Amino acid sequence: MDKKMRHIKRKRYDGVLFILPSLVGVSIFLTVPFLDVIRRSFTDVIGENFVGLQNYRTVFQTSAFQLASSNTLKFVLVCIPLLLVLSLMIALILTESFGNKSRLKHAYLIPMAIPVASIVLFWRVMFAKQGLLNGILAQFGVPGKDWMNDSTAFVILVGSYIWKNLGYHIVLWTAGLTAIPKSLYEAAAVDGASWWKKFRYITLPNLRAVLCTISVLAFLNSFKVFREAYLVAGDYPDESMYLLQHLFNNWFRELSLDKLSAAAVVVSVIIFLGIQLLEKFWDQEEKSR
Amino acid sequence: MKKVWLWLLLCVLAAVVCIPMYFLIDGSLMGKGEVTEYLAPVMQNKNGFASFRLLPMYPTLRSYVELLLDSPEFFVMFWNSVKLTLLILAGQLVTGVPAAWGFARLRIPGKRMLFQLYVILMLMPFQVTMLSNYLTLDRLRLLDTHAAIILPAVFSTFPVFLMYRFFENIPESILESARVDGAGSWTIFRKIGVPLGSSGIVSAMVLGFLEYWNLIEQPLVFLKDKSLWPLSLYLPNIGLEEAGMAFVASVVTLIPSLLVFFAGGEYLEQGIAASAVKE
Repeated sequence: MDKKMRHIKRKRYDGVLFILPSLVGVSIFLTVPFLDVIRRSFTDVIGENFVGLQNYRTVFQTSAFQLASSNTLKFVLVCIPLLLVLSLMIALILTESFGNKSRLKHAYLIPMAIPVASIVLFWRVMFAKQGLLNGILAQFGVPGKDWMNDSTAFVILVGSYIWKNLGYHIVLWTAGLTAIPKSLYEAAAVDGASWWKKFRYITLPNLRAVLCTISVLAFLNSFKVFREAYLVAGDYPDESMYLLQHLFNNWFRELSLDKLSAAAVVVSVIIFLGIQLLEKFWDQEEKSR
Repeated sequence: MKKVWLWLLLCVLAAVVCIPMYFLIDGSLMGKGEVTEYLAPVMQNKNGFASFRLLPMYPTLRSYVELLLDSPEFFVMFWNSVKLTLLILAGQLVTGVPAAWGFARLRIPGKRMLFQLYVILMLMPFQVTMLSNYLTLDRLRLLDTHAAIILPAVFSTFPVFLMYRFFENIPESILESARVDGAGSWTIFRKIGVPLGSSGIVSAMVLGFLEYWNLIEQPLVFLKDKSLWPLSLYLPNIGLEEAGMAFVASVVTLIPSLLVFFAGGEYLEQGIAASAVKE
């Protein structure tokens, strides 16, 4: 009996050894340091004296923070819907007309494989004051401008982000679309439903769970746009594309650890809320089958 | 008929998406003189506008030869990239695969909470954790070494999450019958989990390769010594005056990514889908 009990007990937590190496590393390199940042957000720059919410107040009053967060918000609001709609349209055409095995999809994924760094060269040649784009425009007698040092920089940033992530989202949508039972469409076709009716009453409702998941994921991933923004324009880009990520980097360089910690906590809270939403949708997806 | 038009539309769009890649390959096959001639307005502030040709007028491999034979610093950076990427992926295999299996199929106290922590950490952008990472690496005296890039990346939680999704889909009945036969949890993991979840493991590696071959932020913050830099950080620092060189360096950087992409396209697709949509 005793032996059997011990056996059951040992079996109960048989996974601990499997996750232990990962857990130790994650704790050392991610979790513990992050807790330290939360602590620092309530202390002065040396990290010793407790200052309450002072750092948060300073951060919210900094004009650079206001500019950066409104730009980031603008970026997310413009870019994510555009990206989602465009990729859904392409995914729809691909799956409806050509099946989900189409090779064409891979062409849209290629930008993922292109190192951001090497594409910067193309951007510079394309959008410089005497670049290709202005050259083409000049042939039609349209006056060009310095695209990167103007509010159009924001448009270029949005465009690059969509270019880079289009394929990724096409694949996500395709996975969602192929999961919808074919029989539903066949039944609708028998009833003579139009394309729009089928889209409105079959595709959309069945995509709902996937739609929520993809939107939240797209939002969370959009914080990674910094890589493009940095390479295209450096540390101090045009005001229109000065994002939170630039601000973080500049504070880091100035060693304003107090402000940086507080801002990091603010961003984490927003992301944490996003994740709660995401988990809710994942649970719904689970239940809906 | 409508189908043909749609197909054409998608093809045109796909071609547009691929223009930048074509531009790089095109430019890399031109000689230095030709590149300079076309891009002089951008490179040297000459009058007029930059132009380009769909095909090089005088195709040559001279730029490649020059880069591969006469620039030792390029080789250093190339090997830095190879070393960083391979060691990170190896580390993820060793620690991540068992962890994903543990989370997906085994009993662990507080599993739900721990896994949620992994999901949160996976979605935090680098800028949020940059400071904490920096302080830890400083305390461990790892700054300005390759370990400063490798170790935090090895413990990235995204591959664990991705492989978890694949391991989750293995039918319980297979594991149950193995258990009845008396197989221990390690044997089950090695003989059943790893082979049946192999597409998930490959997916994680393909996505990981594209990510780590492309590292920008981490080396920028953690490596001051330029001789430790990976290729991805060297490229943007080639001035426009050396455009010919930049073209070739870009293409050489692009090639490993493309190889992985074409060899693992199917897995890439599966991995992307699994990261968001439950099967």
